[in-house]
Amino acid sequence: MHCPTHAYADVVVAAATGRIDFAGAQALEAALAPALEPGSAIRGVVVDLSRVDYISSVGLRVLMVAAKALRARKAAIAVASLQPVVAEIFEISRFHHVVDVRGNLRDAIGAISPQALAAYDRTAERT
Amino acid sequence: MRVRFWGTRGSIPVALTVDGLRRKLIAALRGASGRVFRDEAELEAYVDGLSFADGATFGGHTSCVEIENGGPDFVICDLGTGVRPFGQSALSRDGSGRTYHVFLSHVHWDHIMGLPFFTPAYIPGNRVVIYGGHAHLESALRRQQEQPSFPVDFSTFRADISFVRLEPGRWHDVAGMRVLVKLQRHGGDSFGFRFEQDGKACVYSTDSEHDLGNRKETDSFVEFFRGADLVIFDAMYSLADAISVKADWGHSSNIAGVELCHAAGVKHLCMFHHEPAFDDASIARVLADTRRYEEICRTGAPMTVTAAYDGMEIDL
Repeated sequence: MHCPTHAYADVVVAAATGRIDFAGAQALEAALAPALEPGSAIRGVVVDLSRVDYISSVGLRVLMVAAKALRARKAAIAVASLQPVVAEIFEISRFHHVVDVRGNLRDAIGAISPQALAAYDRTAERT
Repeated sequence: MRVRFWGTRGSIPVALTVDGLRRKLIAALRGASGRVFRDEAELEAYVDGLSFADGATFGGHTSCVEIENGGPDFVICDLGTGVRPFGQSALSRDGSGRTYHVFLSHVHWDHIMGLPFFTPAYIPGNRVVIYGGHAHLESALRRQQEQPSFPVDFSTFRADISFVRLEPGRWHDVAGMRVLVKLQRHGGDSFGFRFEQDGKACVYSTDSEHDLGNRKETDSFVEFFRGADLVIFDAMYSLADAISVKADWGHSSNIAGVELCHAAGVKHLCMFHHEPAFDDASIARVLADTRRYEEICRTGAPMTVTAAYDGMEIDL
């Protein structure tokens, strides 16, 4: 599992790929760790799941741990662009009730921070 | 080996409500609209064809599971309220002068509250042997029948009642079966039991929370479940609840059940210890979801997934 991150103003986007099983969950956890540090000025994290075809309970647990850490300092977490099977897993596990699920990355970023959305749009215009 | 469920509900007994029964009747009558049933057989066939949520009920007794192994003795797991109908059934099956082997996962109330209503314990000549991993089995059972909580003291029992502490991580020979005991994560600890006989294996693992991020602990449960024909698994909560608002409540989820049983090559996962707040439709929905999840993460042969109900029998 590969999980590069990119910051748009005060939001970090983690773009996961492949299967988030036990090994994948460790990679995701490592990718999210800097944004979860207590002193971080980050307002939120978005995990882009558009290239993820499976997420196990261990992967979902990483999202839960991140959500708790972020909420403790009034920051937010969202997931974006779920493939149909991953969306099913979110519903079966009832994770769609505890993590903000957005249809696309832009919506997810915009739901957390207007500044981050502006930064994202500027980047999108350039590309 | 035949496994028979006498109580499948978690935490506290529940009953089908008037509203719940009414919903079932409406659904059944709606489905029968315009149909003519020429005889009793057609009527029964129609009822048998209804969905489980419309035509039956998961029941509401707390934990009690019988393992019929072809021997002369009775074997059960836990003494929830399901042990009362088990006791009546055992007596109707020539249950006097018999030995009852009872494996107690732990002594939380819902797992012991049926004992005062277990008729075979009042009959001289019967023998009741209670096994478990806790040191305080006897004191806990005596205490629940003390005044002013209950009017019939433990000393009223006329059966020969004894207690055997089982060491976890070791095999024990009981009633013609090999039994492996495993310590589980639950408030005050609980113990799971793996029963083996004639090449068949059944695991009873309830009131057990799984720390999914702990690889060593996960691997130990995969080994405990390894190749079992049946795993009776505490699937009380959704995964989201089990690791958030209900973390450390000592229970597990359907998702964890599928993943552990898949990893262990289990043939049949039976969800158990149902959430008492769930009605039949809710449990049926969880079952459908769990079967779908099993399909999503399947890499080998399909695994049977069921939700236990009071009265259910599974032949291994």
